[in-house]
Amino acid sequence: MTRTFLGMPVTAPPGVGHLRGAEPFPSAARRGLADPQLRRNLGHATKTIRAKSAGVIGEVPDWQELRAAGSAIKTDVMARLPELLEQLEAKVTAAGGVVHWAADANEANRIVTDLVRATGGSRVIKVKSMATQEIGLNEALEAVGIEPVETDLAELIVQLGDDRPSHILVPAIHRNRAEIREIFLRTMPGVDSTLTDEPAALAAVARRYLRQTFLTTKVAISGANFAVADTGTLAVVESEGNGRMCLTLPETLITVMGIEKVVPTWRDLEVFLQLLPRASTGERMNPYTSMWTGVTPGDGPQAFHLVLLDNGRSAVLADEVGRQALHCIRCSACLNVCPVYERTGGHAYGSVYPGPIGAVLSPQLTGVADNSSLPYASSLCGACYDACPVKINIPELLVHLRDQAPHPRGEATAMAAAAYTMNRPRLYQAAQRAVRLSRLAGRRGRGIPPPLDGWTASRDLPDPPAQTFRDWWATR
Amino acid sequence: MTARELVLGRLRAALGTDARASVEVPRAYRRAGMRDLEQLVDRLVDYRAEVHRLAEADIADTISGILPSGATVVVPPGLPPAWLPSTVTVVVDGGLANEQIGAADAVVTAVAVAVAETGTVVLDGSPDQGRRVLSLLPDLHVCVVRADQVVAGVPEALARLSPHRPLTWISGPSATSDIELNRVEGVHGPRNLHVILLP
Ligand code: SF4
Repeated sequence: MTRTFLGMPVTAPPGVGHLRGAEPFPSAARRGLADPQLRRNLGHATKTIRAKSAGVIGEVPDWQELRAAGSAIKTDVMARLPELLEQLEAKVTAAGGVVHWAADANEANRIVTDLVRATGGSRVIKVKSMATQEIGLNEALEAVGIEPVETDLAELIVQLGDDRPSHILVPAIHRNRAEIREIFLRTMPGVDSTLTDEPAALAAVARRYLRQTFLTTKVAISGANFAVADTGTLAVVESEGNGRMCLTLPETLITVMGIEKVVPTWRDLEVFLQLLPRASTGERMNPYTSMWTGVTPGDGPQAFHLVLLDNGRSAVLADEVGRQALHCIRCSACLNVCPVYERTGGHAYGSVYPGPIGAVLSPQLTGVADNSSLPYASSLCGACYDACPVKINIPELLVHLRDQAPHPRGEATAMAAAAYTMNRPRLYQAAQRAVRLSRLAGRRGRGIPPPLDGWTASRDLPDPPAQTFRDWWATR
Repeated sequence: MTARELVLGRLRAALGTDARASVEVPRAYRRAGMRDLEQLVDRLVDYRAEVHRLAEADIADTISGILPSGATVVVPPGLPPAWLPSTVTVVVDGGLANEQIGAADAVVTAVAVAVAETGTVVLDGSPDQGRRVLSLLPDLHVCVVRADQVVAGVPEALARLSPHRPLTWISGPSATSDIELNRVEGVHGPRNLHVILLP
């Protein structure tokens, strides 16, 4: 009995990290919908990346075969997760690394802060990592007097702007160049008003700003894109070289990795290193990928710690349908094709995982009760499924989770119907017209015809954007 | 109970009777192809690397054309000395401090593998490539690729590489897409990448 109890999969604990939003999706979405600048920034960015990605995917004749392989490898990983993690642990340890296990965010934060404190350092440099954002590591470090410095350009923009990330790959996607210039001017010492908003000039400023920090900080914290069980190799995929700096210069490297990132064999990387860059940044290959196995004497950090993080993943694994959300390689293609994400922005999802994958991953990590509106943050149009390089059937997952979401029946039906109409221009246009009419008529939400009336009876309907879905669709 | 036992126990409970021996992975994708040097050049240029095609005897002359006279160049200990022109100051790495490496104008290395389809060179820390930091801090990186090091695609590259060496895959100069998703060259890594391709 006790054994069964202790072995039960557990969701991510509340009160730590960034998996739960302060408010439900519909009300949070309203702010995004009401911000035309945000919508323009997002529309421009996602349109650009869709075109780039389609171009380089079109170059490879075996894209579907790669997707099929990627999907099968991930299915295999989930079926054998415990043994693969044990194998990874053994290989990393044999290569001179130290492996730590963290049942949840609190434990992971404790492990990392203790490791940093043991080095005597009071500052760490960080490579962009979803896992460390998920557990709120920066806040935990700051609480004990350790300064975390984000080194990814977008993360730096977010950190200096005292902002929140809104996209997996481009966390500052909601900021345009003029806004970025303004943030740098305001927060970076020594930057004067002659700085232009040319992207190259902005990048050069970041290079100067961080160089000394890279050279003088003794501890780095990274995530991992892949960890190879049969060799103990870790891989980080990046663009700017800040990853290389963090993985090469410090004396101590701490990598925090969600347990689902393990792949069985070295050879499996041949699939993911082709899928990820093309689906993600729309490049044949990203500028830099670093791979390391434990510690290499005389080259790079001489102390390496790997923290294996559960934080709700075991609960996701326990759901036979839901577990495919763990296949995600965080490419963000599903965000870039999602009509709902493009209009609401990433902040509306409340969690560090926004967009379609966030809508199915966050509620599973926290338990559906804590993110119950997210499975409805979709029109079920299926674009995410087609775009996903590892073929995660996100629409199927959304429907599966809606069945579990404890929403009032009427509201659940109406939200689903509203999302459905959002993706069908005629219907949506008609419904919007009705909403506008009803506004003229008096209190918002009154007198809206089905299918939108049920939803608005208990929640205010998000403001219809100035640009209607139809206009938006025509210009995308 | 340790955290390790707890996590592994949860995962085993989560899988229950679904735990299977393994899943068959279909590998119908291309795993080998014809080496295509023209494609490599095309892809390197597309990502703003500068490509020079010449014979081994002309490497030093070419490098003296890339670097101004008097430039400081760091090199790994196993780099053939004949590759370096007399017009530059050569500093051989034997445990240089990071500041010394960062102060150099350029670094010259060999590579382990190059991937034509993606325009990638891979360094593996062999004596003619050196420690990872060498090719990271200077603002200009010249790397020398022999034609027989070029493979068609990613699968063949991985097959040639050892996971037990620290690997750096480089595809063009340092870049970011973080500002309005435009690719901008030049953030933290070398802002200039020159590839010398030998026959
Ligand atoms: S769910 Fe698929 S498309 Fe979305 S981020 Fe993950 S891997 Fe990419």
